[in-house]
Amino acid sequence: MAPQLIIVLVFFFWPAITALRQSLYVQDAFGLGETFAGLANFTRVLASRSYHEALVNTAIFSVSVALGAMAIALLLATMADRVLRASRAYRTLLIWPYAVAPAAAGVLWMFMLDPTLGVLTRAMTVLGIDWDFRLNGGQAMALVIVAAIWQQMSYNFVFFLAGLQGIPASLLEAAAIDGAGPWRRFWTITFPLLSPTTFFLLVMNTIYAFFETFGTIDTTTSGGPGGATRTLVYKLYQDGIVGLDLGGSAAQSVLLMLMVGLLTLVQFRYVERRVQYH
Amino acid sequence: MRYHRPGLDVLAHTLLIIGALIFMLPVILAVLASTQTPGALFSGTLPLSFGTSGLDHYLTLLSEPVRGIGVPAWRLMLNSLLMALGIAIGKLVFAILAAYALVFFRFPFRRCCFWLIFVTLMLPIEVRIVPTYGVVADLGLIDSYPGLILPLIASATATFLFRQFFLTLPPELMEAARVDGAGPWRFFIDILLPLSKTNIAALFVIMFIYGWNQYLWPLVAMSSADNATLVMSLKRLTLSTDGTPPWHLATAMTVLALLPPVVVIIIMQRWFIKGLVDTEK
Repeated sequence: MAPQLIIVLVFFFWPAITALRQSLYVQDAFGLGETFAGLANFTRVLASRSYHEALVNTAIFSVSVALGAMAIALLLATMADRVLRASRAYRTLLIWPYAVAPAAAGVLWMFMLDPTLGVLTRAMTVLGIDWDFRLNGGQAMALVIVAAIWQQMSYNFVFFLAGLQGIPASLLEAAAIDGAGPWRRFWTITFPLLSPTTFFLLVMNTIYAFFETFGTIDTTTSGGPGGATRTLVYKLYQDGIVGLDLGGSAAQSVLLMLMVGLLTLVQFRYVERRVQYH
Repeated sequence: MRYHRPGLDVLAHTLLIIGALIFMLPVILAVLASTQTPGALFSGTLPLSFGTSGLDHYLTLLSEPVRGIGVPAWRLMLNSLLMALGIAIGKLVFAILAAYALVFFRFPFRRCCFWLIFVTLMLPIEVRIVPTYGVVADLGLIDSYPGLILPLIASATATFLFRQFFLTLPPELMEAARVDGAGPWRFFIDILLPLSKTNIAALFVIMFIYGWNQYLWPLVAMSSADNATLVMSLKRLTLSTDGTPPWHLATAMTVLALLPPVVVIIIMQRWFIKGLVDTEK
């Protein structure tokens, strides 16, 4: 007990409290003194245009990654659930991207989409698309989204498949006897019964897109071009570690903590309700 | 029978095979590219077969200092392995001891301790990266393994899982052990640990992968070339000022970075899935 408590206190609460404190102070240019600033850091961060851009980028990125990775995973898991005996083999074939580092996933897709020798670039040239993610912000965003979806899909697949296998076959058989086709059975029985899994994955995918994709973005686009793929965490890193703006980055940390805290709270509320429901 | 339509089964298999192939494509292409000579690779059309370089690029990376990094890739892999094992083993040891104390002992502020640990579930290290750097620097642990590993262990996922598992064990178990004269330590070693074997294996896989794939914190915390990890060094090969990166080396390096965790996940698949799905509850 004691060892873990010490680690948690020193490496979790101490930094968290430091962030809270720093967010309320302004450091002078030489880092020698600091003055209490109230909420000045927060108003400065929230008013800055680059923070708004990072917020919008994060929203576009997270929503695309969550929806894309979950839709593909649900489709493939539903198919794998149908083929019963072979589903384990397919699971092996589909789960391994989970083990690939987000940074490595970024490099793999960056290679396929390389402006001069990428395989997919050639295909797009045939279609008349002028592809260069180093110059085009929208294309840079597309690159990191695709890499993140590729990596996160396997995680969702495992949970959707487990969820699908937990649905009693008798319900689906009864519906089939009543004449409901596969399409109808899926949307009226399977999908509603999967909703706890779907909701859980929505939260987990958002957290993944917010934080773990830092490596994907840093190895491929470094937040560019022109800040087009700079997400909130990337901005936090640039302002705090590279730019050494302690007050501003601490305020950003606190804002991010609030967002994640809110998300987790919503999730636990939902889980509680689910428990009561049963 | 109406319930099972063979047509749909064919569709399912087709979709799954296409899906599996699409997911494998990036890795297959990277492996193929890593065996090409730079000349063949940069000729304009990527050859879709094994090249004539064989494993030359891998051997170069592993034996000679990598350009832009300063140490050979074997050193990076060793550092990654140390970090991954440190995180996995450290997390397991701390978590299992903490969960043991939380479930089987009554002590003051027990609930408070539980909440202190529980809160850490929510916030990944990326959020508190700047102040964490400050704390680790104050302790003089920058560019050292304790400084690298300890902040990544400060999270409660594993503690939570072990707590859930210990709560399902009947309390009679501990009473029976006590009647037989086993102290708390003995009970832990002889009864609790063997019962937790599958949970330990499951969490080990997840934590090993989590550790090996860390990017931002090692980048910030490990400043010297001798301490760099493999995943955090990938960027050195993809970043290039004149447009096209040295892809023959970058792809080989990426394959080296993804091979160990992918092998672990495939070999230990059963435990991995159990661990992953259990953490949800």
